[in-house]
Amino acid sequence: MDLDPLILSRIQFAFVVSFHAIFPVFTIGLASFIAFLEAVSFKTGNPVWLRLSGFWTRVFAVVFGMGVVSGIVMSFQFGTNWSNFARASANFLGPMLSYEVITAFFLEAAFLGVLLFGRDKVPKGVHLLAAVMVATGTFISSFWILAANSWLHTPAGVELREGIFHVVSWSDAIFNPSFPYRFAHMGLASFLTGAFVVSGVSAWYLLRGREVEANKKALSLCLWLILILAPTQAVLGDFHGLNTLEHQPVKVAAMEGNWETGTNVPLLLFALPDNAAETNHYEVPIPSLASLILTHDWNGEVPGLDLVPRDERPPVVIVFWAFRAMVGLGLLMIAVALTGLVLRVKGRFWRTPWFLQSLRVMSFTPFVAVLAGWIVTETGRAPWLVYGMMTQAQGLTPSLTGGMALFTLIGYIVVYALVFTAGLYYLLRVLYVGLEDEQDDHEADRPMRPLSAAHVPFEYSESNREADALSGPANQGGH
Amino acid sequence: MQPFDLVLIWAFIIGFGIIMYVLMDGFDLGLGILFPFAPDDQARDVMMNSVAPVWDGNETWLVLGGAGLLAAFPLVYTIVLPALYIGVFLMLAGLIFRGVAFEFRFKANTSRYLWDWAFAGGSTVAAFAQGVVVGAYIQGFETANGVYVGGALDWLTPFTVLTGFGLMAGYALLGATWLILKSEGYIQAWAYRITLPLLFTVLAVFGAVSVWTPFIDEMVRDRWFSSLGVIWILPLLGLGCAFQIFRSVRHRFEGMPFVATMGLFIFTYLGLLVSRWPYVVPPDYTLWDAASAYDSQLFLLLGLLFVIPIVLIYTAWTYWVFRGKVRAGEGYH
Ligand code: HDD
Ligand code: HEM
Ligand code: HEM
Repeated sequence: MDLDPLILSRIQFAFVVSFHAIFPVFTIGLASFIAFLEAVSFKTGNPVWLRLSGFWTRVFAVVFGMGVVSGIVMSFQFGTNWSNFARASANFLGPMLSYEVITAFFLEAAFLGVLLFGRDKVPKGVHLLAAVMVATGTFISSFWILAANSWLHTPAGVELREGIFHVVSWSDAIFNPSFPYRFAHMGLASFLTGAFVVSGVSAWYLLRGREVEANKKALSLCLWLILILAPTQAVLGDFHGLNTLEHQPVKVAAMEGNWETGTNVPLLLFALPDNAAETNHYEVPIPSLASLILTHDWNGEVPGLDLVPRDERPPVVIVFWAFRAMVGLGLLMIAVALTGLVLRVKGRFWRTPWFLQSLRVMSFTPFVAVLAGWIVTETGRAPWLVYGMMTQAQGLTPSLTGGMALFTLIGYIVVYALVFTAGLYYLLRVLYVGLEDEQDDHEADRPMRPLSAAHVPFEYSESNREADALSGPANQGGH
Repeated sequence: MQPFDLVLIWAFIIGFGIIMYVLMDGFDLGLGILFPFAPDDQARDVMMNSVAPVWDGNETWLVLGGAGLLAAFPLVYTIVLPALYIGVFLMLAGLIFRGVAFEFRFKANTSRYLWDWAFAGGSTVAAFAQGVVVGAYIQGFETANGVYVGGALDWLTPFTVLTGFGLMAGYALLGATWLILKSEGYIQAWAYRITLPLLFTVLAVFGAVSVWTPFIDEMVRDRWFSSLGVIWILPLLGLGCAFQIFRSVRHRFEGMPFVATMGLFIFTYLGLLVSRWPYVVPPDYTLWDAASAYDSQLFLLLGLLFVIPIVLIYTAWTYWVFRGKVRAGEGYH
């Protein structure tokens, strides 16, 4: 059997970018959260905030590190596996990615050093500035990368001459029709991710009765945030879908599992789409609802997969189910937010065990929703690489053989499996140690950190307790 | 429509970005290469802590190199990366392991030694792979109609293996002289001790590469031996730097060895550039063949001219924040 470099490269790209995406979605939200904590602590001087920010900074460091190394891989993927695509779209993608590096990555990297290591080397205000800069960097970064990605879905502002895209309008190309939706949807997704992870971890500490005051504060904050963000995300997702209906009708047909263009199209709660037979099995429909959602009219016409020939259709099953996973989890998030509100009114949100338990579980769901969302978007674009202009097969590196692609695919899987397992392990350790002073129970096995511990006087008076807290837990137990 | 020749400006910018990367990531990769040979664990802590706050920024120059090539000279990006497919993967795998080692090592206790190895192994592999890229670039690439048509392992030749080891030795030298600057006591003494042997290794390998290169390609031979006499100034300046390293180590100067090593790198690099100028994808394509559209080069240039000075300022500022000696047990984070 011949190995197909196209399939292997697609799997490889999907694998490395999904792996990469897990980390930024978390760090974008978390960076803003840390900047917020630093700002509040700067203003109020209440040590609780500083303890929280020191703790989350330690978590951030691990996640950010993995985001960086997997991102470096991404910046070479276009050249190694998709060189024809890179050649064709360089006039647009090159400047986008370069702007991302010079406006975002340098900013993040420089101020990250100060955020992580500089707490006692710079004044407090400068440390706060570093936190704000890192958070700003993550947003600038998503701006450019999503402009690049949206352009692949809804290319605009370019002309194809002799196989090369030439930009005729930078503003049309950057602010292409799907960009605003994608940027907003992804931004909210990142904040939701941050909020759910922080609330899950705080809930866990509350269940074990650890650091109740600080964790209660953090949880309360996150629940308010989720209450606003989760419904907004659903509304925004609806607009995003309408935009897709306008520009990529076939993708919407795949999301809905709709084979024939027509009116009164039902919303399918369950179905098994069958590419070969061009139909669904085991449908559980709600009559006309898809028409209503997509056209705001019971009788509205919804596009079907029959709009295009078979070889221009995306793999329907994947798009269909990934879409349901994302929307299902989105609705679940809204339900959790409302439950939190009810419990808050009763004053019990921080001491209702079943609720705290479910928050723990919920902390994984945003990651699943984000990946599902990306799979909808990206798989739904197949077989196009640049929608309507260039196919995946045209974009592939000509000299790439199946064997080479398989070698690196396996290589990345092995490397990432090792790194990911280790990362998760250390992350769980950071979480386990938590906000408490590490040196009590953990100093014994940490020969490297004696100095800072030595600075901590053993008998606390009220005033040096303050001072100690202000210098931050991040400096004490080490990291 | 095209009042300036942006191609030359871009050649300068990309050239600047690459040497920035080589110098900045060079010393932290070099520390990784030296890691297994450090006198003890305390020395390893100092070595790692001396670069922990800045390595991410150093590596960002590599990302800029990749993205900048795509933007300004896409043909380089789309020929060199497929040609070096396997080598690039090895380099990235190396960079992954050494990058996460910074974070994980801080948090490990019993598994610490694993991350010591990840850091050392990852740095060594990445440095070797980058040296191979240099060698492959001198060798040239087999192309047709703007795409690479050679095989998967064409890049792997005795010559590229030699340049791989050459860059490893060079990075180790940068690492050792950086450590002289950032450490004190027995660690600094060790760094002084290894600097001269490393210097001689570097000179030997660079010398071998220089002798070998003209035989690989006629154009290079012609350039050095018939047409352009003035360029001999570059290797001479390089040798001057080498002598300066030698002298300053003798006199136990702390900053000069590092500065002179950077000089050695810069002049070698310039020598390499003039050998192949104006070919960016030897032997077939010049800078002008490889350039992207004028509009794209202009669009990025406008932002770049504005932003890069700011980047340089705050990068310098972070180095300044973390200036001075790194002491054992001074746990950051
Ligand atoms: C700037 C460009 C860009 C960005 C930001 C993303 N992608 Fe993408 N994606 C591509 C550019 C791209 C591509 C180059 O266009 C691919 C490679 C092969 C292809 O068909 O499209 C692709 C394919 C691709 C596929 C495979 C689709 C298929 O072959 O059927 C998946 C699952 C993803 N991507 C997932 C993601 C995720 C999880 C992202 C989150 C960060 C993401 N993409 C961001
Ligand atoms: C194909 C697509 C992508 C490429 C080529 C890419 C490239 C990179 C690179 C090279 C880095 C490391 C930079 C450094 O050295 O600091 C990075 C990090 C980052 N990327 Fe991506 N990226 C992609 C997708 C995305 C997406 C979709 C997002 C989010 C919207 C994103 C957001 C970030 C952020 C915030 C960082 C900083 C590191 C972190 O927070 O973990 N990237 N990316
Ligand atoms: C609850 C209702 C939601 C709706 C109706 C919705 C709608 C959509 C639609 C239609 C797309 C595809 C865009 C395209 O065609 O290219 C999409 C993509 C995506 N969704 Fe959602 N979404 C919802 C919730 C969520 C949640 C809760 C998350 C994550 C926390 C999320 C994360 C994403 C991501 C990351 C993408 C890919 C990037 C993009 O295209 O914006 N979504 N969403």
